[in-house]
Amino acid sequence: MTDSSKVLDIVGHIGEAISENAQFLTDLDAAIGDNDHGVNMARGFKKVEEDLPGLKDKDMGAIFKKVGMDIVSAVGGSSGPLYGTAFMKAGAAVAGKMEIDLNDFLKIMDEAISGVQLRGKAEKGEKTMLDAMMPARDAMREAAEAGKGIKEVLDAGVKAAEDGVEYTKTIIATKGRASYLGERSIGHQDPGATSFMVMLKAVADKYEE
Amino acid sequence: MVGFVLVSHSQKVAEGVRELGLMMAPDVPVEATGGTDDGGLGTSYEKISAAIDRVYSEDGVLVMVDMGSSCMTTEMVIEDRGDPKIIMVDCPFVEGSVAAIVSSSCGSSLQEAKAVAEEAREEKKF
Repeated sequence: MTDSSKVLDIVGHIGEAISENAQFLTDLDAAIGDNDHGVNMARGFKKVEEDLPGLKDKDMGAIFKKVGMDIVSAVGGSSGPLYGTAFMKAGAAVAGKMEIDLNDFLKIMDEAISGVQLRGKAEKGEKTMLDAMMPARDAMREAAEAGKGIKEVLDAGVKAAEDGVEYTKTIIATKGRASYLGERSIGHQDPGATSFMVMLKAVADKYEE
Repeated sequence: MVGFVLVSHSQKVAEGVRELGLMMAPDVPVEATGGTDDGGLGTSYEKISAAIDRVYSEDGVLVMVDMGSSCMTTEMVIEDRGDPKIIMVDCPFVEGSVAAIVSSSCGSSLQEAKAVAEEAREEKKF
């Protein structure tokens, strides 16, 4: 079981990871996008960080909703509405809970993915964050169904997200600004898929072997 | 009269389109909003929401968007408001905005202005 103080700790760590990788994410975006992904995400999580103390003792729904709203209001690029909707939809699925288990976590992933799809109208294979999120979710579900514990499940998810990021190098972008580049987008990894991988890694960091 | 909010990644683009629209229809309520809260390129949920408030009337508000996050951020603002008199339209940003603003000054309804904006997609330039 993961309680709300642990979730706040994890969210704070996600913010640290995003901030450490901000330049890297922006550089990836400079190659095939509009050169702002890392900067935007860091600005979003800075606002989240400011609001974390006020979320102490709140239920999971309230925490996820606030994180999502902060991301929407502070990011400024497409990743704002996309990740924002992901967090808000995830929050609705765990509203009222003070603790979450592995099943809840898988539900959160399902809702986050459906939020991104709803907002971005994208499918798998279009060189977007979904190309890391969907394989990660599938791998985590498989590991959970095989009876693995949370740490192993998360590690399986991180591995699948990394493979997903690698896969984005091989395909043409058909969504977002990168789609204007057509074939020229091949060879570059998707910044959104990469930021998801960074976030999932940060979650995994917070669980012991 | 139907009011308009022009949402672009760039404040300059939004203002330029507003200028073009008002040249032909100076009496129409039009707000231009672009860029992030700190003045960078991007879109701001708060700015869009505030701009809608400034042009809102019983006749409704038509929100025009350029690309990427303009579209998604506006979609979220409109969903959260849940007011059927605030709608967005999928059209060429410059041509659709100007055509719809002019139609509003001629007395079109919200739905009529939306249809005029959508028709701009079919207009051949040459």
